[in-house]
Amino acid sequence: MITSMSFAQASLKALTEEMERDPTVWVLGEDVRQGGVFGQYNGLYAKFGAERVVDTPIAEATIMGAGLGAALVGTRPVIEMRIADFVLPAMDELVNQIAKIRYMLGGQARASLVVRLPHGMLPGSAAQHSQTIENWFVNVPGLVVMTPATAADLAGMLKAAIRLDDPVLLFEPKALFKQIEDVPDVTTPLMPGKATVRRQGDDVTIVTWSLALRPSLAAADQLAAESISCEVIDLGTLWPWDAEAVARSLKKTGRLLVVQEGVLAGGFGGEVVASMIDRLGTKTLKTARRIGAPRIPVPFSPTLESEILLRPETIAKMLRELVA
Amino acid sequence: MRLLGLYQSMLRIRLFEELALEAHRNGEFGGYLHASSGQEAVPVGVCANLRKDDRLTSTHRGHGHGLAKGADIHAMMAELYGRETGACMGKGGSMHIADFSVGMLGANGIVAGGLPIAVGAAQGLKLLGSDAVVACFFGDGATNRGPFFEALNWASLYGLRVLFVCEDNGMSAFTYTNATTAGQGVLKRAESLGVPGETVDGNDLIAVDDTARRLIDEVRKTASPRILHARTYRWYGHTSTDAAPYRPKGEAEKARLNDPLPRLAKRLVEEGVNQAMLDQIIFDTRATLNDARDQARSASFPQSADAFNDVQDCGAEARIVS
Repeated sequence: MITSMSFAQASLKALTEEMERDPTVWVLGEDVRQGGVFGQYNGLYAKFGAERVVDTPIAEATIMGAGLGAALVGTRPVIEMRIADFVLPAMDELVNQIAKIRYMLGGQARASLVVRLPHGMLPGSAAQHSQTIENWFVNVPGLVVMTPATAADLAGMLKAAIRLDDPVLLFEPKALFKQIEDVPDVTTPLMPGKATVRRQGDDVTIVTWSLALRPSLAAADQLAAESISCEVIDLGTLWPWDAEAVARSLKKTGRLLVVQEGVLAGGFGGEVVASMIDRLGTKTLKTARRIGAPRIPVPFSPTLESEILLRPETIAKMLRELVA
Repeated sequence: MRLLGLYQSMLRIRLFEELALEAHRNGEFGGYLHASSGQEAVPVGVCANLRKDDRLTSTHRGHGHGLAKGADIHAMMAELYGRETGACMGKGGSMHIADFSVGMLGANGIVAGGLPIAVGAAQGLKLLGSDAVVACFFGDGATNRGPFFEALNWASLYGLRVLFVCEDNGMSAFTYTNATTAGQGVLKRAESLGVPGETVDGNDLIAVDDTARRLIDEVRKTASPRILHARTYRWYGHTSTDAAPYRPKGEAEKARLNDPLPRLAKRLVEEGVNQAMLDQIIFDTRATLNDARDQARSASFPQSADAFNDVQDCGAEARIVS
């Protein structure tokens, strides 16, 4: 059975089910008792009470670090960072403490926690509230990095993230929190590391994730009308990522386009291309390109911001160049 | 006799640090060593009043915290030597020493890094219905970092069982803390954040013990935080390779006159403990330490494949084979 619901509602349903199942799961973050900025926590406080739904001060470092401390004594915190950009004041706690504690302490500790990070472009939000920086954390050993593109995936990934004993960063497309999609009534945990082929095709492989999926699918639609068949792979997780699924597709198409919302320079797209060259060689992988944002802070004014926004037309143009 | 046990506990730390420093000087292991020589009375006096299920967070200068909480001395020494028998299987070294079996949640290479972790641990314990206390150690240098202010506010706000222990040795690495610190001191800062406390002579084991007992009792009963501000002195430089040239001549020598060990020994003798007993304790403790060092020296190093475990369970990168 399927129900139509928003991304926010899907995540709330998944979280509620987990909190019912496991009394050690709890939530901390700013304004969560009021339902959170995007309504992802509506009704949770009334249902689970003051000790399990905790409103925090605006103190990101301690929101993150306290989450770790609570995990070390046997609870499973869900740490709400409000928006991904606000993870920056908590970087030491995330990168130096959470990511490394299991390893440094020889396995004595498990940072069994989830960090929720609404991310990406939301027009008008400007430089400090619009960043897409999930790739930074792929570079940090010890962190699982999940990037759901659909409401159903968000729900499944949140469940898996809560159950995993490794620290999981869940980047949630904030522009889509109100978007209604079909969500199965039963949410099974969606373990990290499996990509989803969103559209089958033979001529070119698009690899993408999170907010960039929609414009990629729209571009694929445009090209279908021109008899060019695109395979669209939604990675779902950036670490660990499903390189095997991408390689399988490229053995068919030989052409790769990575589409990401974040800054192109140093983005995960480069990792995908380099990795596929490693795996397949340049005989099988005939051509590979990437689309991402220019290396500028996100501007405010709409005429400037449009330089950053991913457009299906831009993606389609590059796809045509790839198959020409 | 209890105080005799505490004397031995301090001695254990003193000798551990001396042996570790010597071994490091001789190149027996690498990395940075932050010795807590001279500061022994603080962790010993505090930990004497903690239960086994109480937790402790530490600093980069954490050997004394670990030993005082009851961490295995052999495992600790082996960790410094980077051996597979080390407390952290050789993965952490001196700065990340830990023993979760006695509630020692880890030394920390980031100044003030332990504060958010400590308050979170206390918050988790509260959720689990436990009245366990978390002793959160940090130095005077840490009181200038953001997480110090955040964590004290947090513990006070949520009513958490945290004893904040400030080991005030007056130094922030190579610089005197008072040269980089405004305001009226750590106790006033703590009070302004809702955390009452006391200053104590950190080299007077009995004073630390008495004050810690009282404060821990209050923390446990009232479920609210306290701060123990212990004035002490760091005998050596910031690290083992820092000769502390920034210290005026004679300062360290003068401070050693205030050594917490002979101060306690004097009290013990006054209470009827004879010197022969003390000598036996020194002899026995030295033997234990020598044994720990010898065992560490001859223990195996971890296998290179072990570099790849305990990163994460899913999708940990396979070893790169050429």
